[in-house]
Amino acid sequence: MNVLRRVLLGLAAPVLALIVAGLFTTLLLLLTGDDVGGFWDTMLSWPKNRNLVNILNSASVLYLSGVAAAIGFRMNLFNIGVEGQYKVAMFAAAVFAGQAWLPGKLNVIAAVLVAMIAGAIWAGIAGILRTTRGVSEVISTIMLNAIAGPLVGYFLAKWGQSTGNSTQTKPIPEESWVGGITIFSDSVTKLYGLSLLAVVVGVLFWLVLNRTRFGFDLRATGSSESAAIASGVNTKRMIVISMLLSGAVAGLVGLPVLFGNSHNYGASFQAGLGFAGIAVALLGRNNPVGIAFGALIFAFLTEQGNLLNIMAGISPDIVAVTQGVIVIAVVIAYEVVRRARTRIEQAAVADALAAEKGAAA
Amino acid sequence: MTSAVAAGETAIELTGIGKRFPGVIANHDIDITIQAGTIHALVGENGAGKSTLMKILYGVQKPDDGTIKVNGAEVSFATPSDAIAHGLGMVFQHFMLADNLTVLENVVLGAESLHGIGDDARAEITRISEVYGFGLDPDELVESLGVGERQRVEILKVLFRGARIIILDEPTAVLVPHEVDALFENLRRLRDQGHTLIFISHKLDEVLAIADHITVIRRGTTVASVLPSETTSRGLAELMVGSELPSPSTEESTVTETVLLAVRDLEVTDEDGRQELAEISFDIHAGEIVGIAGVEGNGQTELVEAIIGMRHLSRGTVTMSGTDITHWTTRQRRESGIGYIPEDRHRHGLLLDSPLWENRILGHQSRPPSVVGPWLNLRGARADAERIIAEYDVRTPGVGTNARALSGGNQQKFIVGREMSGDPKILVASHPTRGVDVGAQAQIWSHIKAARKDGLAVLLISADLDELIGLSDSIRVLLRGRLVGRFDPQSVTPQELGSAMTGAGDDR
Amino acid sequence: MLAFIAGGFVLLSAVRVISGADEITSSGTLAVTLTATMPIALAGLGGLWAERAGVVNIGLEGMMIMGTLGAGYVTYHHGVLAGVLGAIAFGMIGGALHALATVIFGVDHIVSGVAINIIAAGIAGFLAEAWFTDLPGGGPTQSPSLADPGKINLSFLSEPASNLEDKHWFLVSDLASVVEMFTKNLSVLTLLGLALIVGSFFLLWRTRFGLRLRSCGEAPEAAESVGINVYRYKFTAVMISGGLAGLGGAYLALVSTSGFQVGQTQGRGYIGLAAMIFGNWRPTGMFMGSGLFGYTQALPFRDGTHSVHALLLVVAGLLVAVAVIQWLKGSRRNAIISVVLGAVFLTWYLTTDIVPADFTKMAPYVTTMLVLAFAAQRLRMPAADGRIYRKGSSG
Repeated sequence: MNVLRRVLLGLAAPVLALIVAGLFTTLLLLLTGDDVGGFWDTMLSWPKNRNLVNILNSASVLYLSGVAAAIGFRMNLFNIGVEGQYKVAMFAAAVFAGQAWLPGKLNVIAAVLVAMIAGAIWAGIAGILRTTRGVSEVISTIMLNAIAGPLVGYFLAKWGQSTGNSTQTKPIPEESWVGGITIFSDSVTKLYGLSLLAVVVGVLFWLVLNRTRFGFDLRATGSSESAAIASGVNTKRMIVISMLLSGAVAGLVGLPVLFGNSHNYGASFQAGLGFAGIAVALLGRNNPVGIAFGALIFAFLTEQGNLLNIMAGISPDIVAVTQGVIVIAVVIAYEVVRRARTRIEQAAVADALAAEKGAAA
Repeated sequence: MTSAVAAGETAIELTGIGKRFPGVIANHDIDITIQAGTIHALVGENGAGKSTLMKILYGVQKPDDGTIKVNGAEVSFATPSDAIAHGLGMVFQHFMLADNLTVLENVVLGAESLHGIGDDARAEITRISEVYGFGLDPDELVESLGVGERQRVEILKVLFRGARIIILDEPTAVLVPHEVDALFENLRRLRDQGHTLIFISHKLDEVLAIADHITVIRRGTTVASVLPSETTSRGLAELMVGSELPSPSTEESTVTETVLLAVRDLEVTDEDGRQELAEISFDIHAGEIVGIAGVEGNGQTELVEAIIGMRHLSRGTVTMSGTDITHWTTRQRRESGIGYIPEDRHRHGLLLDSPLWENRILGHQSRPPSVVGPWLNLRGARADAERIIAEYDVRTPGVGTNARALSGGNQQKFIVGREMSGDPKILVASHPTRGVDVGAQAQIWSHIKAARKDGLAVLLISADLDELIGLSDSIRVLLRGRLVGRFDPQSVTPQELGSAMTGAGDDR
Repeated sequence: MLAFIAGGFVLLSAVRVISGADEITSSGTLAVTLTATMPIALAGLGGLWAERAGVVNIGLEGMMIMGTLGAGYVTYHHGVLAGVLGAIAFGMIGGALHALATVIFGVDHIVSGVAINIIAAGIAGFLAEAWFTDLPGGGPTQSPSLADPGKINLSFLSEPASNLEDKHWFLVSDLASVVEMFTKNLSVLTLLGLALIVGSFFLLWRTRFGLRLRSCGEAPEAAESVGINVYRYKFTAVMISGGLAGLGGAYLALVSTSGFQVGQTQGRGYIGLAAMIFGNWRPTGMFMGSGLFGYTQALPFRDGTHSVHALLLVVAGLLVAVAVIQWLKGSRRNAIISVVLGAVFLTWYLTTDIVPADFTKMAPYVTTMLVLAFAAQRLRMPAADGRIYRKGSSG
């Protein structure tokens, strides 16, 4: 199969999904009698610099969450628990950094490690349960998500500071803030310093997955656990390690906001990033570059969606519908493309054999 | 069309049946006539197209060409239900049973309208079971039944639906000999009561013992129709494989004094602590092929997995070149030079949706040329996959093709090539030619012989006695998890092996 | 199973008498428990239908969200009966989407389910704003107050039971509470839900339809080989699954509260799935699991501190019971672990006066994890559950 065909087949699914989602959204707007023209004008307008920065900020956070989910997906592990993992991790990091035991940026580095460890532990519980007790990680991570809320709530009440009717952790000292990076001089918003973590994680993910033995073992386990075992992969160990890695990356999700904006864990906690990350991973086919596109598309839609209320009088929630439809359409499209690809390849093999026979005769 | 057709009339007539899959012609120009009230055997090698033909007859797949007549009337089956409605029934080689349902539930499934799902059905099942001597309890969970009993459930399913024409796909493959005898007894009783039976097999002795008529299939088409009284196994075998009868034959012995693999008192138990293997001891020397014969399910899979390190031993040791490797992981064993051709290549040998060059790395994740330290060497893996494709005659457009797209024989040749890479000392080959075409079979045999010549210790597990006799330097028989006999392939006959495999010649 | 329930009940009763925490079996607590249990049980029942046919349905949450929306919209405009049907229909739309993706296109069940949850949350948020903002009493995130589906009162039974309950006798008063729970202000939807659970059992285990459906979850190839249209049964099962989850949503919007609110499912679809696994893919077990979740949700609403604290004693008692059973089974190690844990809970009970509310919230999830961890080997899910099946794979 030539390269062009491969690329075309690879692009077919996401493009198809975007079109389907666009059509479905339009239909829904027509159904509710909303301003369809206004919707598309708003969504397709080029964002202002300020909004562009917002898009990059939220895309980087989504990307981290997407990679966390993808690490599991690549070996058929469904870590539905990114949501709980980043909650626990962000809280742990906020508490740690708020104590200011270490000076300045050292505090940041240590807090990043704390977050990764906390996320890894929370995910590791599911990994251990799976390998030692055979408990499906889907159900245990869902349970861990549900436990994370009250657990963090309890310790927040215990260790946090109350101001008015909200409670938050002790603020991070200003010397440990990771301030914004100015991209556009006319924009008041700045890129979170720790957004760069997404770049680092992305490069590492690609490198480990495609260029190392560990990555090969991980992918092999994902595509056929039985073949991986026969090839000498200790799949139990792989399950635990990849859950730990997945959790560690999940632990990073909350950090750009924590060190760049909120400076404490409290009411400003943004929920739902874990599930959005799963969607982004699916959209990007668990591929480091694909997830980046997925994250950008999702962030773009959300940011533009925020304008809908003002510009066209439409609820921004419509964007969530679009995003969801993209995801389901893309997974169906990938499956259809995969089947088509197998058929094309089998035909190619047959052609090659027929040509060979013809030449021999 | 009447369902009660007297013996001697034509029950089934297939004319010019053809079926193509992408890249494969499974069947072409098939012509078969089957008399009512007889046992008609359909013989052919693995991959000759028997199973596809039966799926067509049973409505699982649709033929591309040709006509099917049942009791004289032309039919076209869109689904198995259509076939069932015409009085056909199929007993699959891989049982179509739900373990977690009872015998009753399995039997009535899909045929509830006949006798309901309650006491009427229970009475009917008990009746059939008694008439044919099946001895089945309708309310038992299928999970708790043995292989022979499960097969009887399958036959009962078919009879329950009132089938007069019953297709049995390799029914003896999973049975031990006394079960085969019992099955044949059941089949004769069915025939004598007017049923027509189509018996698919590649075990020629069995075919000669049970069939009234024999049709031979080779490379997707019918090549001969004979009576058992007019032929011999040898004659049938030649019809099955064509003019040349490739038989693996070992040249002079290359066995040396060096013991490469030594197994001592090996014992494996399952989760419930039942013995699957016990008291297994043997040596394989450099340049020696030790063949393991046995009816499937007597511990072959467990033995292979224990040696590869996929199973935990409850007792005993495995030693490689004098080093105790009992507690080594699969990876350590592979690194130190054990090659492994698995029994089920789709499950254990390949990443079906990955390109061939990635499949080259599989099992060699820690060794050059595919790996440098912790890093993959993509170029090395590609180049070496190219080498395997050339040296082992793997027919594929290139190394970027996904393994799934290749035919079984080519997949297997690739696996053999891969496992022979990196200078292995020991080769564990489990059913290496199962489900591959005759050409690939001959090639794989010659590769195994070459390995022996190069001084490898080879453990060969096979269900094909000719393969075992032809390749091995020594044959051991595995029965109920124990090694029960040791034979010299130069002098042993398939009959002697057969009786050892069944325990008939067991003097213990 | 019955002995188990009875034993637990006696234990609860005993703890009530010892601790004086009357609320742990009061009719009020039980009534709230039942209300909290039903949506979870309906979602769980939906999960059971899908998984019995071999399709994992993690999209229950989304289908439930669809149900709340359908109940809100249709009830407001067409009355409560239509509203319940509308909720079921809305849930079924979600089910149809899941069936399309998993059964027809062979998409991974978890992936499809997650996507459906995202879509449903988006649709509910968007349509709620479009539909309810301008209605009197409505808003962008909630519907106007909705009519109640109706309640059943059998006062000739509930009043004597209530009197009996007030006597606080050992066991007798507790049983009276149970009678009162079923005879006083029993919602019609609760009755419907209970009927559906019983009906599902009969349909799935006692009819030809059920046998065929279960065979698709146990061995789809075998089902296909005897002429069963596996796709159709799986599709039907997932549609019913969606409908039941939708009904669970209706229960939330019409009985638990009196109107639709964005986000009111709060993960109950997931909990229903957990309850189903907890109950070993059987209706009775699933209902018990749901009850456990419902009870721990309900108790803090009534006299939170004292009753929950008394529950520590129940847990200690249960652990001792487990220890005895394990000891008799010959597993001394497990018995000792149980006794030690029991002692920990007893100490906790004796040395404190209250249990933080957060711990109570966590309790059912932790329990489920522990049950899964220690009983996973004994759980028996349908053999082909979650497996992607493609037509023509038989033979």
